[in-house]
Amino acid sequence: MKLELRGLTVRFGDRAVVDIDHLAVGQAEIVGLAGESGSGKSMTTLAVLGLAHTAGARVAGSITLDGAELTGLSPGPYRDLRGRRIAAIFQSPATAFNPVFRVGHIATRALRQHGLAGSEATDRLAAAMRSVLLAPDLLRRYPSQLSGGQLQRVAIALALALRAEVLLADEPTSALDVTVQAQVLELLRELRDRDGMSILFISHDLAVVAEICDRVAIMHAGSIVEQGPAARVLAAPADSYTGELLAAVPTVGPGAPP
Amino acid sequence: MIETPSVPSSSGGRQGVPRWRRAPGQPGLPRNPLLLAGGAIAVLIVVTAVFAPLLAPFPADAGSATHPFAVLRPPSAVHWFGTDQVGRDVASRVIFGARVSPVIAVFVLLIAGVIGIPLGVVAGYFGGWLDDVIMRVTDVFLAFPALLLALVLAAVLPPSLTTVTIAIAATWWPWYTRLIRGQAASVAGRPYVEACRALGISRTRIIFRHILPNSITPLIVQISLDVGGVILTASALSFLGLGAQDPTPDWGLMVAEGQAYFTTAWWLVTFPGLAILITAFGFNLLGDGLRDQLDPRRVMLR
Repeated sequence: MKLELRGLTVRFGDRAVVDIDHLAVGQAEIVGLAGESGSGKSMTTLAVLGLAHTAGARVAGSITLDGAELTGLSPGPYRDLRGRRIAAIFQSPATAFNPVFRVGHIATRALRQHGLAGSEATDRLAAAMRSVLLAPDLLRRYPSQLSGGQLQRVAIALALALRAEVLLADEPTSALDVTVQAQVLELLRELRDRDGMSILFISHDLAVVAEICDRVAIMHAGSIVEQGPAARVLAAPADSYTGELLAAVPTVGPGAPP
Repeated sequence: MIETPSVPSSSGGRQGVPRWRRAPGQPGLPRNPLLLAGGAIAVLIVVTAVFAPLLAPFPADAGSATHPFAVLRPPSAVHWFGTDQVGRDVASRVIFGARVSPVIAVFVLLIAGVIGIPLGVVAGYFGGWLDDVIMRVTDVFLAFPALLLALVLAAVLPPSLTTVTIAIAATWWPWYTRLIRGQAASVAGRPYVEACRALGISRTRIIFRHILPNSITPLIVQISLDVGGVILTASALSFLGLGAQDPTPDWGLMVAEGQAYFTTAWWLVTFPGLAILITAFGFNLLGDGLRDQLDPRRVMLR
């Protein structure tokens, strides 16, 4: 397994907001982590990035990447790992870029942080931009000059240029409109199939999860109540909470339940 | 009357165009009357200070020269602003005064910024107990009346321009710490800072490249607005005898010394007073202009 969480807890004081027995993402696999807001999905991302402490939380348990333990890693090595091996994209691309810099500056700077500079960095970035179907010229623009969908694709391109092995996608499509959402999902699928990336896809939107994920874990109040192949979990939920979540998905058309 | 069949809708010109739409892509700061007027006054003061020996009709009068036979002369062609109680040319002293008060202001703001900005950024970015400690210290300073604290400090230290500078700077930095802290805390919570962390960018770099530039704008405005305030405070301290000492041509000191003669020799108080007023006014205009110009909403729209 590429990324594996075992007995992971994230606590604020005495209160555990995340308590995961086991969650794993394999090579070239998209695992959905679904649940209502406040169920601990984003705190799980922060914990994997080794950043939960910046929010004032304490992490215990085990997080492994290719079998190597990450918890307890000192800040320096962890920093090397972030971005390069584990990348993250966030819900609102419009605010995930500092408005005062051109997006290309941010991207180049991130590559330099991980030892890539000069023409190699430029080439890699240009190639990554093309593979997310954006013209490399867009790197010269400021965040306010790009649309939300374009910015999210720049963020994905950056993860690609960094050759990240694991991508933590925290509600990557929730702030985008439906057509752009479809493009981004298609792109994530390509990352899995073409680049062999392992993706932890966090969402509250079960329709999106059903569309893209190989396996699904349903999270409720910090714990995973059910996990398994997406088709099985969403078609025949074993846990009552999963059933409730599914019932909450709005359906369109005359046959919709009242 | 024949040649201009002015049709209001087509001749439009600049009228009706929203302010932020004008001159798109124009580099730097676009035209702004407040900024221009304030900037002009600031330049005037700097030029006066730099070329004081050339501009002043009697440069020696800015120092310890006395003219016992020309005391308290009203303004005339020779002495534009009259002479003071020991016969010195008031115009020359007001001109040389541009080398005193504004310089104090620059140093006070520099010191206050150097102390206040790092503390504010640290408090805002890191939060927690560090934030609490720093902010409680600033609260203590802020709870104490600024002029009174400056008075105490100025009274303990020997009266001089350095003392005034230190005394005012000591009461001034907490405001900047507060201002920057609030901004830094808000910027620290923005998603792009989280994104930086997720990319493995170092803490130092996040602070200097992301937090500081995004939280400094209100401070730039505040500092330019404060130039006038510092000059007035420095003048007040000099007026109370705790700052500049005679024969330093400090505007505040000149007002203090001239007040005894105000009923008979109005020019002693009036001209240095006007110099203080114009300087404070000019930098306030500059600050207001900068605030309009750097308003984030307008920057975003451009």
